[in-house]
Amino acid sequence: MTAPAIECRGVSKRFGHVLANDSVDLRVERGSIHGVIGENGAGKSTLMAILHGFHPADSGQILVDGNPAVIRDSADAARLGIEMVHQHFMLVEPFTVLENVMLGAEGGALLAEGTAHARQNLLRLGRDYGLVVDPDARIADLPVGARQRVEILKALHRGAEVLILDEPTGVLTPQEADDLFRVLRALRDEGKAVILITHKLREVMAVTDRVSVMRAGRMVAHRETAETTAAELGELMIGRRPAASSRPIPATPGPALLHVDDLRVRDNAGVERVRGVTFALHAGEILGLAGVAGNGQTELLEALSGMRAPEAGAITLRGQNIAGLDAAQIRRRGVAHVPEDRLRHGLVAEFEAQDSAILGYHRDPAWRRVLGLFSRSRVNAHAARLMRDHDVRPAAPRLRSSLFSGGNQQKLIMARELERAPEVLLVGQPTRGVDIGGIEAIHTRLRRWRDAGKAVLLVSVELDEILALSDRILVMFDGRLSGELPAGAADERQLGLLMAGAHA
Amino acid sequence: MSLRPLPRWADLVLLPVLNLVLALLVSAIVVVAAGQSPAAALQALLVGSFGSWDSVGFTLFYATDMAFAGLAVAIAFKCGLFNIGAEGQAALGGLGLALVMLWLDASLPAGIVVPLAILAGAGFGAAWGAVPGWLQARRGSHVVITTIMFNFIAASLMVYLLVNVLIEPGNMAPETRRFAVGLSPLSDFGFPGRSPVNLALPLALVAALAVWVLVWRTPWGYGLRVVGSNPDAADYAGIDQGRRIVAAMAISGALAAGIAVNQILGSQDKLILNFTGGAGFTGIAVALMGRNHPVGVLLAALLFGALAQGGAELAFEMPELPRETVLVVQGLVILFTGALGGLLRAPLARLFAARA
Repeated sequence: MTAPAIECRGVSKRFGHVLANDSVDLRVERGSIHGVIGENGAGKSTLMAILHGFHPADSGQILVDGNPAVIRDSADAARLGIEMVHQHFMLVEPFTVLENVMLGAEGGALLAEGTAHARQNLLRLGRDYGLVVDPDARIADLPVGARQRVEILKALHRGAEVLILDEPTGVLTPQEADDLFRVLRALRDEGKAVILITHKLREVMAVTDRVSVMRAGRMVAHRETAETTAAELGELMIGRRPAASSRPIPATPGPALLHVDDLRVRDNAGVERVRGVTFALHAGEILGLAGVAGNGQTELLEALSGMRAPEAGAITLRGQNIAGLDAAQIRRRGVAHVPEDRLRHGLVAEFEAQDSAILGYHRDPAWRRVLGLFSRSRVNAHAARLMRDHDVRPAAPRLRSSLFSGGNQQKLIMARELERAPEVLLVGQPTRGVDIGGIEAIHTRLRRWRDAGKAVLLVSVELDEILALSDRILVMFDGRLSGELPAGAADERQLGLLMAGAHA
Repeated sequence: MSLRPLPRWADLVLLPVLNLVLALLVSAIVVVAAGQSPAAALQALLVGSFGSWDSVGFTLFYATDMAFAGLAVAIAFKCGLFNIGAEGQAALGGLGLALVMLWLDASLPAGIVVPLAILAGAGFGAAWGAVPGWLQARRGSHVVITTIMFNFIAASLMVYLLVNVLIEPGNMAPETRRFAVGLSPLSDFGFPGRSPVNLALPLALVAALAVWVLVWRTPWGYGLRVVGSNPDAADYAGIDQGRRIVAAMAISGALAAGIAVNQILGSQDKLILNFTGGAGFTGIAVALMGRNHPVGVLLAALLFGALAQGGAELAFEMPELPRETVLVVQGLVILFTGALGGLLRAPLARLFAARA
């Protein structure tokens, strides 16, 4: 029996007080697709960072093809044939595909020879694995799916024998994901080892041969994919039976609160990203807005919340046009906003949590006293109450915002936005980077909000989330609404087609 | 990446002190290389800056300049702006207050004309700061570039005005006539010794308190800090970035004009050229070392005031030491406490992590 392509024996890694990897074992065979699953913070990324040379392990051993290996940096990893495709692509946007693929493997002082070689290799790889990309296209002009193919080509050009993919399908439509899986199978059949990091059980079941489950820094199980079920893996991942994700109780939508009429929005570069969107949002419903990232949802949300002035069209809140008002004015009119990117917009990383807890509401007289100056004790008490009521951990108002986990940051933002009982709640990617326990809490809160007769607009790239929460689903593609489905009638295939711009 | 932040006291007290010690150690090497005794030099420096009431007064006089300059840089920095133009804003501030003094000092009582002149100086400084702020907010021209250019414009303008327009007739030096009144020296209120330290010092303390209240205790200042720390979050919160930037630069310029109040109204009693003496630039180091907090800025201003005064005494006491050595010492302190302020942070953090 040949030695495994990668073997970890008792690998441990500690960050401060957190044991991110606790004596982890892992065997990945050649010619296999190996899934590594676990919640956020389970230690998957740390383990892969160790394999790729970002962090040294504190203890334990790594064997490559049966030989003990020392991986100090990504150059070491590359020499051993270990390459990684990151969740956030590491591409130089103004460069062409060819130039990106050659990056770090230029092959000598003069470019000409390396270029010719790379071009040839690129064509061959494209043929062998079905990875067809125009070598002379600029990255900036390519859609996300193609960029990912470039990342894979880059890895293969550098001679990858072990390919690690970190959450590769997060930015893909279901159809694009299927294409990716075809490529991965071709790689497996060539005898390469593929490690697929994901938290999506469906993908693990669909494409892997073996799967390893991590929880709280430990490897808790290894399974042959054929001999396990998604249900078992889910239980292993969170350590208990997940709460049954109930279909939403049929909503009793009230009157329309927010009308959007032929809205057009340009991004900072002047590109029209929202190209004539019309819909109504009713009290007592969760309206899901599905779509692959980058199809205008972000700009739509920014326009509705007042962060970005629309180019044309109307946004009517209870009969009053609010298009073009700034975020503070719209917030005062009872529209709260949980932003897509919480670190960029939702809070100020270097502020204490109690200061982030009043972002957007900082003019409120509730925490001001003498001469209108802030009362630190009131700001503090307010944050402490929000943290207690919404189970934010640690409940430390003076801790720096950046030191909270993603889930707890999100809970704090939700708490802040829900506090004024807004009639309309705009929510972007509410559970991105949040662990399963946190996801349940956030979903429950959104449902309760809906049941209380408020209007919720949910923008998410997670189809599972859209399907689990929405009463009605809109699909956005290329700046337009490509379809609307009632929740009951929607299935993933149909949504996928709409997300890809095809008509269902 | 996993290093925990330092405890607060270590960050605010221990680190600057260690940086200062490091700077003095390297300075000692320079002094030895110049063939002199570092111990004697340090003694001359200390005695020169704090050895008598006269020298304490001079130290505080220079520290007043540094405090205004440091506060000016700090408040802009809190809004994410690197104001290198305190020098030019101070010069224009001097122009503003001189114009009021030349115009009204004979006709109005001191109790009215002096505050009026201070307001005019602050107004001129604010305007000279607000223009680069506006250019950045609305036109995208970076304040680092525009404020440097505004320093040159200010310097040329002052030369032109003092040589051609404001010069006292019959005087060879490019300076205005003496004002009839000025800011009272602190010696009028019982401060011992003979030194130019004047009412601008308490004014600087009031300014520090005002900056603290404004930035840390008002919703407006909250918005300023959001713009400085995370401009995207400012959009989200509905805080107008452009208006904050213009206002922060205006306040910064007004604070820089405090240098003119101290020098022109408090000491010279006439407008002269280059009265800032580089204090506007030293203010960057003061703000850096003071971590852009008013209390830190005041402490750092005291240190740099002492260096300015003690350095002058050092050059006087040890003439064998090349004059430039004093500049080198001052430069090293700026280098270690300002530019290399983070040098010891990582080792110190490791030390604390190991103990914890």
